[in-house]
Amino acid sequence: MLTLTGVCALISVSVLFLILGYLVYNGGTSINWAFFTQLPKPVGETGGGMANAIVGTAKLLLTASLFGVPIGFFGGIYLAEFSGGATASIVRYSADLLNGVPSIVIGIFAYAMVVLPFKHFSTLAGAFALGLMMIPITLRSTEEFLNGVPRMLREGAMALGASKTRTIATVIVPAAYRGILTAILLALARVAGETAPLLFTAFGNRYWSEGWFQPTASLPVVIFNYAVSPYEDWHRQAWAAGLVLLGLVLIINILARTILSRGIAVPRS
Amino acid sequence: MATSSTNIPSAGPIVGSRSFLSRIREGDEIARLITFLFAASVVLITVLLVYQLWTNSVLPRHKFGLHFLVTSVWDPIMEQYGALPFIYGTLVTSAVALFIAVPLGIGAAIFLAELAPPRISDTLQFLIDLLAAVPSVIYGLLGVFIIVPLMRTVIYPALNHPLGFLPIFKGPSYGVGFLTAGMVLAIMVIPYIISVSREVLLSVPRDQREAALALGSTRWESTWQVVVPFAKTGIMGSIFLAMARALGETMAVTMVIGNSPRISASLFAPGDSIASVIANQFTEATDDLYLQSLIGLGLVLFLLTFILNGLARLLIVVTTQKGSGIAT
Repeated sequence: MLTLTGVCALISVSVLFLILGYLVYNGGTSINWAFFTQLPKPVGETGGGMANAIVGTAKLLLTASLFGVPIGFFGGIYLAEFSGGATASIVRYSADLLNGVPSIVIGIFAYAMVVLPFKHFSTLAGAFALGLMMIPITLRSTEEFLNGVPRMLREGAMALGASKTRTIATVIVPAAYRGILTAILLALARVAGETAPLLFTAFGNRYWSEGWFQPTASLPVVIFNYAVSPYEDWHRQAWAAGLVLLGLVLIINILARTILSRGIAVPRS
Repeated sequence: MATSSTNIPSAGPIVGSRSFLSRIREGDEIARLITFLFAASVVLITVLLVYQLWTNSVLPRHKFGLHFLVTSVWDPIMEQYGALPFIYGTLVTSAVALFIAVPLGIGAAIFLAELAPPRISDTLQFLIDLLAAVPSVIYGLLGVFIIVPLMRTVIYPALNHPLGFLPIFKGPSYGVGFLTAGMVLAIMVIPYIISVSREVLLSVPRDQREAALALGSTRWESTWQVVVPFAKTGIMGSIFLAMARALGETMAVTMVIGNSPRISASLFAPGDSIASVIANQFTEATDDLYLQSLIGLGLVLFLLTFILNGLARLLIVVTTQKGSGIAT
């Protein structure tokens, strides 16, 4: 029986290597310079790339962070430092609830909030949806890491006559920044691969997006559209895009975890 | 510093004994207000989300009432909308996923928590965390190009020949369908089951294990008869969490389920889930009733995951508290 559980673990982990291997094999043979630099060719022609989708994903992630990270970060500071009791538990409960909402439902919400009023699919709407998904992760981890800062540090700063705000800004947050940075990176990695909330917010675009109020292409949506298309050349490009996306997500993840494992630079005694 | 009182704060958050005015001057009240606004916006967003889902699905609620949930006709041309095929598809694919993922995931979690040396356990857990981070559209991609052909050539003949008399394995296979979607979902939720179950198993107090071993039980007996029952509720929690994930998963399912709003007993038949029908038809929905019916489906999905997530959290909290309560 004991060996059987080992086999279970082995099967589960080997799936990761199967995925990686197959993606690298299929994506690696179809990736080329044009993939990064050219626009998609018209339907039926082979060749072309996804430069617009790569830029689109970067734009979406940047805007999403500008929206989601401050709310999560400052909200987390409020939970850890300023509040207690009922308000805090309402905020925590909302964040947990938001975290559990299926991504497609987040998409519907962003559609109702941003697409309907502007009457247009837009980069902004996509970024709004992704930003929403970053909030709960950033919020809860900021709170957790701030709470992990030893009391001594707080008391030391207060004893020196620093105000509470000053203590937070110059002592507590710097002491916890590694953990918070990790959490933000993990949140970014999670939304980088999200497809469902973009389907009817950022929509898609076969050309360069002409601004924040215009639809934009993004890597995950292009992978979806190309994978279910009937064209051989599009399948090839879907693999290449899959490799780029998975590479991006895994690199951010590994980076985030190494930052954290270097340890929080706070003496524990 | 206008510190008038001399009491030394020793426990709990340090509340300023300074006067209100000096706190304003030093910015503490302003900082509190600003961070409060950010925190409150999280609550506001959540309330707005529920409100938008509710008000934007008012048309089908008025026209069909609760029949929306139990009719199986989905016909945009005749303006008839029933959610049953999608609810059925969502539940069936999730059930298949759990059927595969639960034994594998719990087995792996037991191995990681109880048997593997800490170094190996941590390394494997790291890899499993990476597996959980793989975007769902990548799973969909692999599903379309690996599992669908595999289903047609290997799995379907293997199940259909010996077990074809069972209604769930009857009928032709197109490669896409409930079983394929369930398998992709299983691969996706295994990491969640492993991570949470491992955590719960690790929180079982040491003395429980030592007592069992001291009474002469083998390693396996102590694990299976003492540690696992102790962590049972938490493991249930991890399963609920995985189920909530599976129910709400969109892309991987949409790409391999076949997208046909029918209820069939056969797992080989193509079907549709709540998330996949929203993903496929949302941008095509031309009139208000159609669009609002899709949003109504979104509301149903939201409620399902809401209930499951709540139950999961409750069970996990109960178990970990039980562990720490006895350990102290």
